[in-house]
Amino acid sequence: MNNSPESHAISLLVSNKPGALIRIALVFARRGYNIDSLVVSPATDEKFARMTIVANGDKETLEQIIKQLNKLVDVIHARDHTGEVMVDKELALIKVQCPIEKRTEVLQIVEYFKAETVDLTEDTMMLQVTGDSERINSILVMLNKYGVVDTVRSGKLIMSRGHATT
Amino acid sequence: MAEKKRTGAQALLDVMHYHGVEYVFGHPGGAAIPIFDALVGSPIKFILTRHEQGATHMADGMARASGKAGVALVTSGPGATNTITGIMTAHMDSSPMVVVTGQTITSMLGMDAFQEADVSGITYPVVKHSYLVKNVHDIPRVVKEAFYLAESGRPGPVLIDLPKDISSAEFVPDYNAEMDLPGYKVPGAGDPEAIAKAAELLSKAKRPLLLVGHGAVISGANKAIKFLVEKMRIPVTNTLLGKGAFPESHELNLGMLGMHGTAYANKAVVACDLIMSIGSRWDDRIVGRLKDFCPDAVKIHVDIDDAEMGKMVKAHCSIVGDARLVVEELNTQLKPADTSDWLKQVAKWKKQYPLHYKMKGGLKMQYVFDEIYKLTEGKAVVVTDVGQHQMWAAQFFKVDQRFHWISSGGAGTMGFGFPASLGAQLARPDSMVIAIVGDGGFQMTLCELATAAINKIPVKVFVMNNRYLGMVRQWQNLFYEDRLSGVDLEGNPDFVKLAESYGIKGWKIKRNADVRRIVKEALAYQGGPCLVEVVCEKEDNVFPMIPAGAAVSEMIIEPTKRKLAKPTGST
Repeated sequence: MNNSPESHAISLLVSNKPGALIRIALVFARRGYNIDSLVVSPATDEKFARMTIVANGDKETLEQIIKQLNKLVDVIHARDHTGEVMVDKELALIKVQCPIEKRTEVLQIVEYFKAETVDLTEDTMMLQVTGDSERINSILVMLNKYGVVDTVRSGKLIMSRGHATT
Repeated sequence: MAEKKRTGAQALLDVMHYHGVEYVFGHPGGAAIPIFDALVGSPIKFILTRHEQGATHMADGMARASGKAGVALVTSGPGATNTITGIMTAHMDSSPMVVVTGQTITSMLGMDAFQEADVSGITYPVVKHSYLVKNVHDIPRVVKEAFYLAESGRPGPVLIDLPKDISSAEFVPDYNAEMDLPGYKVPGAGDPEAIAKAAELLSKAKRPLLLVGHGAVISGANKAIKFLVEKMRIPVTNTLLGKGAFPESHELNLGMLGMHGTAYANKAVVACDLIMSIGSRWDDRIVGRLKDFCPDAVKIHVDIDDAEMGKMVKAHCSIVGDARLVVEELNTQLKPADTSDWLKQVAKWKKQYPLHYKMKGGLKMQYVFDEIYKLTEGKAVVVTDVGQHQMWAAQFFKVDQRFHWISSGGAGTMGFGFPASLGAQLARPDSMVIAIVGDGGFQMTLCELATAAINKIPVKVFVMNNRYLGMVRQWQNLFYEDRLSGVDLEGNPDFVKLAESYGIKGWKIKRNADVRRIVKEALAYQGGPCLVEVVCEKEDNVFPMIPAGAAVSEMIIEPTKRKLAKPTGST
């Protein structure tokens, strides 16, 4: 039995109806499973919405949660993609302290991570970075020594490769 | 109906009527008045209850006696919140129900309007699905979907919250509106490979045991189960709600298992080398301490709900599907093995540890149930409330047919039995319906005596009065050194006089010698509902008993003087 908490990426296709989100959130809450990130947006067919949920907990509980999610009338399908090869992207806006004398250093980091500067003030710089979550974590580590003022992350977006359904 | 304008409320009732709804139970209020207005002249009969909880239990009782969704109709706010206990009760026991709640007008939603409650929000965890209707044109589709969801797959309660401006809006309904449920799946026949594996496992087992639950009753798997049992010569045990899935008077039946099950059923659970559950969710009252639950037995699990697979017990073979279809398919593949030694052993336990009671001391509930069972020849529909009387009734009423046993299992809802019996009786006008209630639970919903009297619903109510909340007293007696707390029902009314004040015929039984005569009289009574108050032994305990959280093998068969540790189970 594997009871150690781990991070899981779950994709859902759901009916685009009021109340769908709360029903889904309740399945996690009732089992004491913590949601780390949740992204909702309309699907290709606007009758449906796409959700990507990253949640933390043990595998056995998650299996039950996925089954409970699939039972919901509003859920077309719910899948755990942990361990699968998939495309995984996240976007983050990072505001970092950046007095003039540090600008070149910070810009080198920006360039290395193929990030973008999206705002600049006298002593701060706002960056936009995309990539898998690891990449965003890495740039944050690099920027920490300059003083990260604030971070907003989109939460993970995932899509299965080839013809596999997400 | 084309081009004819109807109000939302009229359309609601139209679709219900097309669906075959005959009765609606409920209580009116401001936000629901347009629906009550539409009831005038509708072919649907409305039963006014005295409390909304009663309405839901009646709808539930009707559903459990017929297999079709029962309907409750109430107003917004407190009217709606009074249904929560009934909704949760139906949800826990997979009973189909449609609950319609009035709601404030859409422009006032979320404004703390008079009698407004976010009923969708409050009920999310206890419904199969729910609707807040914001467009009158959605009504025909929503009502169709609600009944389909309530009755199909694993049944359950569905809520329709109907704002007053929507129920009173006029429109031309499209009664042919298609259902739109792209995410809803109803498992059917089950995976053929899994069924083949189950057949192989069953054919190899030396000491097999069948466990039948409510799902077997709901799906109507009775015939298929009987065929399987007789072909394979397997003993059968049933859950509390599985009573009636396989005839309990059959020689291969072991009665109920679990906390207050028969000793022989529990002994068989411990000793079996294979257990196949059909439509039971391995409730904690059955499996006891999970890790010690028949650890060496091969487990096969048949359930319509995939989420039940692996929830409690990890089965060697899981079949997601309708119990009837799965067992029918399984039956085509069976190869009987020799189970005669096992059956001999089981028969020996049956003889060695029978259910019994002593006739000394006060009047025993068991004796009364025994007599009712004999006098009704086991043909009555028995509806119980929750507590000691429920367990003794489960032990002493042998149920042979589906829909002949109605009881609150998963939720253990005190107050369920009496109103549920009224719904059951209306669903089954030609059957004798007997309500067995305790003095505690009965007092939670006895206001429905008026509903019974006014509508002349001929249920026969047996109030088992021991002036205690007996099951809790039993736990305090056994596990808390007899420190009784909060269990004395001092202040009980004279239940016969109470019945008479509603114009209901009543009898009182105080002595063993009167049981047969009065029960006979009550059973023969033709003048509408009647009530028998049975003044029972105050301090009797239900045995056998597996303390909550203990292993099945730790069952206490006889009353014991030894000090028992506090139970570790949750309830």
